[in-house]
Amino acid sequence: MRVAIKVNGQECSSEIEPRLLLVHFLRSTLGLTGTHWGCDTSNCGACTVWLDGVPVKSCTTLAAMADGHEVKTIEGLESSGVLDPVQQGFIEEHGLQCGFCTPGMMMAARALLDRNPDPDEATIREAISGNLCRCTGYENIVRAIRWAAAHQTAQEGAIA
Amino acid sequence: MQVPAVFDYERASTVEDALALLVRHGPEARLIAGGHSLLPMMKLRLARPDVVIDINELKELDYIRVEGDELAIGAMTRHATVLESPLLAQHYHIFAEAERVIADPLVRNRGTVGGSLCQADPSEDLSAVFAALRGRVMIRSATQTRTVDARGFHVGPYQTEVRDAEILTEVRVPLRPGSGSCYQKVERRAGDWSIAAAGAFVQLEGDLVVDVGIGITAVGAEQFTCSEAEEILRGSDGSESVVETAARRCGELCNPSADQRGPVDYKRHLVAVLVGRALTKSIARAKGDMS
Repeated sequence: MRVAIKVNGQECSSEIEPRLLLVHFLRSTLGLTGTHWGCDTSNCGACTVWLDGVPVKSCTTLAAMADGHEVKTIEGLESSGVLDPVQQGFIEEHGLQCGFCTPGMMMAARALLDRNPDPDEATIREAISGNLCRCTGYENIVRAIRWAAAHQTAQEGAIA
Repeated sequence: MQVPAVFDYERASTVEDALALLVRHGPEARLIAGGHSLLPMMKLRLARPDVVIDINELKELDYIRVEGDELAIGAMTRHATVLESPLLAQHYHIFAEAERVIADPLVRNRGTVGGSLCQADPSEDLSAVFAALRGRVMIRSATQTRTVDARGFHVGPYQTEVRDAEILTEVRVPLRPGSGSCYQKVERRAGDWSIAAAGAFVQLEGDLVVDVGIGITAVGAEQFTCSEAEEILRGSDGSESVVETAARRCGELCNPSADQRGPVDYKRHLVAVLVGRALTKSIARAKGDMS
């Protein structure tokens, strides 16, 4: 079957098998390898992308289900060469070690901050509870997201 | 890399469309909503449908509203919507409390009420919620709509009353003024299935318990409930000792299996503790304590 999916603002059309999972469509068909493929059982969240603006696990979504819809991946998070505050926060607060969970963490974090620009620690931990990290124990990840919240507020304040 | 076996994909745009596709493709067709139960089963070859019918475009089944003296929840309502619904929160604490511990936020963004019920996992949370609330499930075919009690909906593990060429379209729950409700769950880690979980509602008139519902999951309780324990409470003053007796009865009458989540005696004890807490909290809420 043929699918047409808007990925990071670009229309992508391809002939696929109905059983192709969205994570493999992104990685293998489009070469967007920023989305990681981890546990394959909807637990780890490394494959988190946005489907119509909502973070979902792309290892448990058929590419066919995204036909006619919009997907955003980690590659689409920065704009015009400027990192998203979430990405910058992970740099500033050493929010990663091996980096495998990082793209999924960032997509979940960005979705949280879009809904709640100033979340407390418990809210952050809840928002990333579907994203598992085996390196840092989450302390630095939570700090990175708090950094992003503080700095985007500062940015918005400066613009206002 | 785990991928499902080969299947044909169809997309439905309306309920009629979905029903027509089910009729056309026969019993080896499966509906897919959120897909968070079906796709993992397809990867493991525990499910191997010939045709997958995508019903995610059925926005007509995505609603939560009051109809008469009932709450009506459309089958395509996502877990995240149930969790955040002010209308449900206004009437029943049990919904948000159960949803908060179902899987994780990302899975809740996709998973649906109807999908959870139709998956009929013996450890599923919403089955216990609707059993506690004595909800009714609406099932449609091309020719008729029928209603099944939530407590008669599960035919067995992973088996429901929904037959070939039928769709679960809606769940209804009676509104009960003067009631309080609660959900209590113990899991090993965030997003996991329950070791055991219990939900309850209690409706009071003065200090008299006029109606009560108990739902239990993951411990082999028949139809996710324990009617004998409900009978102990109904008509009582809902005192601490009556609650304790009813809760202990739930622990005795359920039928848990020993597994990696714990031995049988531990699960029975846990059920008694969780039912006791859910009932106590429900009674407090029925009396106006909204914490």
